[in-house]
Amino acid sequence: MGKIVGGIGLSHVPSVGPVVDRNRTQEPAWKPLFDAYVPVREWLAQLKPDVAIVVYNDHAADFGFDKYPTFALGVAERYAIGDEGFGTRPLPEVKGDLDLSIHLSEALIYEHEFDLTLCQEIAVEHGFLVPMNLCFPHGQGQEAMRGWPVRAIPLQVNVIQHPLPTARRCFRLGYALRAAVESYPVDARVVVMGTGGMSHQLQGRRFGHVNEAFDQWFLDRLESDPAALAGITHQKIMEEAGAEAVELIMWLTMRGAARGKRVHRHYYAPMTTGMGLVTFEAS
Amino acid sequence: MLRPIPDTSIFDLRLSHRGRRLNKLCAALCSSQEREAFKRDEEAVMSRFALTDTEKELIRKRDFKGLIEAGTNIYYLLKIGSVTGNGLYRMGAQMRGESYEEFLSTRKISGAV
Repeated sequence: MGKIVGGIGLSHVPSVGPVVDRNRTQEPAWKPLFDAYVPVREWLAQLKPDVAIVVYNDHAADFGFDKYPTFALGVAERYAIGDEGFGTRPLPEVKGDLDLSIHLSEALIYEHEFDLTLCQEIAVEHGFLVPMNLCFPHGQGQEAMRGWPVRAIPLQVNVIQHPLPTARRCFRLGYALRAAVESYPVDARVVVMGTGGMSHQLQGRRFGHVNEAFDQWFLDRLESDPAALAGITHQKIMEEAGAEAVELIMWLTMRGAARGKRVHRHYYAPMTTGMGLVTFEAS
Repeated sequence: MLRPIPDTSIFDLRLSHRGRRLNKLCAALCSSQEREAFKRDEEAVMSRFALTDTEKELIRKRDFKGLIEAGTNIYYLLKIGSVTGNGLYRMGAQMRGESYEEFLSTRKISGAV
């Protein structure tokens, strides 16, 4: 049977990608971030997930506004590494889980009435790959041939072209995702990753706005009362934490899916984005 | 419904519609051939994507604030920033009305770039 063994909320700041690729993770400005993931990687090595469902948003690498889905699920055996305008990163391709994707599609659409866009091809980019980089080793050189230690399924959410799905809709999707995983007849240990945020704004005179007090409050509420937090509006998130912080609604999908006790929590905001991290483990 | 937020662009369908030509051009820059074409002859690329004269002028001037107001989504803007040698923080400094150095001095740990 399928089981959600853990949930991770984490930021997907794009500059992390080149830092990983150029071995700069131990530089003083970056070490605090990567150090926070050392215990997370140890925890994941013990949890031994088979599959990661990554709730993320594309940043105009593979999805365009000519046709823009609100929720899009990958249904493929593999996902290519995308070029989002800066070249393709030297990463192994991402292996999917076709059978689980098909099961999730059927369960979410028939049982839970979430009418997802279903994608047989997705080229994944920093929204997906930075969380994978932070949580999982992909090896260097010859080791890279082994690839990622988990299969992964992308779940893309529109958090960039309003109207966006509400925070509560994202939370309910997480509930449905949990039920869908639990009705999978094959043994599969699943972690759900909710990515993006925390506070940041990348345009206008308010470029660079960071609000640590809001971010810490969000982390508190995500742990203590996610159902109430799901009532938060886009307006409130954007006013308090910056327009691009609205990505945080994807953390609620993770939290809808992942129950249990909180294990890790970290926060680091060196430049223009509050980089948060929180994990939950099923009891 | 969304209410305006000071000094903030909220990218909605009306803005997305306004910026559709600009965003299409930027999306093409996800291909290395198109990036090379842009570096070789940006006027030709701008004409091929049927940009208006106003839109072309915003790109010629590297007016990132203006490009956002003209409906370029920030994540598309990053692609045109990259191909013209303007990273996020340089564009951000311009949008704040500061020099790059002034902007960096407002950050906690400016080595994290």
